[in-house]
Amino acid sequence: MSFINLKDKVVQVKIVYYGPGRCGKTTNLEYINRKFREQIQSEMVSLKTHGDRTLFFDFLPFHMGQIKGYDIKIQLYTVPGQVKYNATRKLVLKGVDGIVFVADAMEKQREKNIRSLNQLHENLQAYKESIFKIPLVMQYNKVDLKEHGIPVLPISVLQQDLNSRLQVPYFEASAITGYNVAATLKKIISSTVVSIQKKLL
Amino acid sequence: MNYGIVSQEQLEAIEEILSQKLIKLGVDCAIIIDMAGNIITVKDNSKSKYDIYSFAALAAGNFATVDAMAKLVGETEFSLLFHKGQDSNIHFSKIDDELLLITMFGRDISLGFLRLNVVEAIEQIQKVWDRQE
Repeated sequence: MSFINLKDKVVQVKIVYYGPGRCGKTTNLEYINRKFREQIQSEMVSLKTHGDRTLFFDFLPFHMGQIKGYDIKIQLYTVPGQVKYNATRKLVLKGVDGIVFVADAMEKQREKNIRSLNQLHENLQAYKESIFKIPLVMQYNKVDLKEHGIPVLPISVLQQDLNSRLQVPYFEASAITGYNVAATLKKIISSTVVSIQKKLL
Repeated sequence: MNYGIVSQEQLEAIEEILSQKLIKLGVDCAIIIDMAGNIITVKDNSKSKYDIYSFAALAAGNFATVDAMAKLVGETEFSLLFHKGQDSNIHFSKIDDELLLITMFGRDISLGFLRLNVVEAIEQIQKVWDRQE
């Protein structure tokens, strides 16, 4: 749940990047960290293993300016993607306001995406949240691999697999080159802020 | 329960408690966060400068991890956490299921004396907090 400070007029919003291991969640945040340097006052925090895999989470506070006199502070988190880390994944989801589901568009990752999305559904239920209600954006990452001859799932298949029931906004993207990373971020911020406004009215 | 919004009066009352009970004692910084890593309020001695947003995210993660470990060994919770450093120390204490009080202090305050004051501060904060529900 977002936290609203009426005294200092600050709204804190928690957005989590979720998805299977090595799908590019941390890469999304790293790109945002480089690209929007002037809106970020502090360093990105990464808790990772020696092998550069996310161990707990990455954290990036992001300043968005004001809406109706309220300062909007966006807190971006990633979860660890590896299967064995579900306990920590769940902890990071606590109090989440909006989610970006990063799917790996590589053909061989098809099943992992579906499993990860199902687990997101279960993990949200543990906090009495619903995947159908929470602001959610799909990002089909690594579409640039097509040019390198690596088999990539067509968007229609990804949509069928992951978004046929959810029907949420989606983007094809390449976190490593930055393609549609900002578009994804903008979309999830606007959906989340609108949903918080609705809850308050 | 709606812990998402706190009124100005409540925040001022809580800040006053933090000032009276902790900052006056010589504590560098007292922060209240929720378990999701949001900052509720911060009070410091205006000498120390910390990156409190990152700090809150890490502290919430840290506390949640310890909480999960407690459950694994059959405890309901470890309600108190303490990290000791060369020059500064951090003390974590649970206010209720959603809130955490973090205190940062130097070598000149004894842990026992701090804990005594933290307990009193928490009792007072709980009273202010309960008023909204």
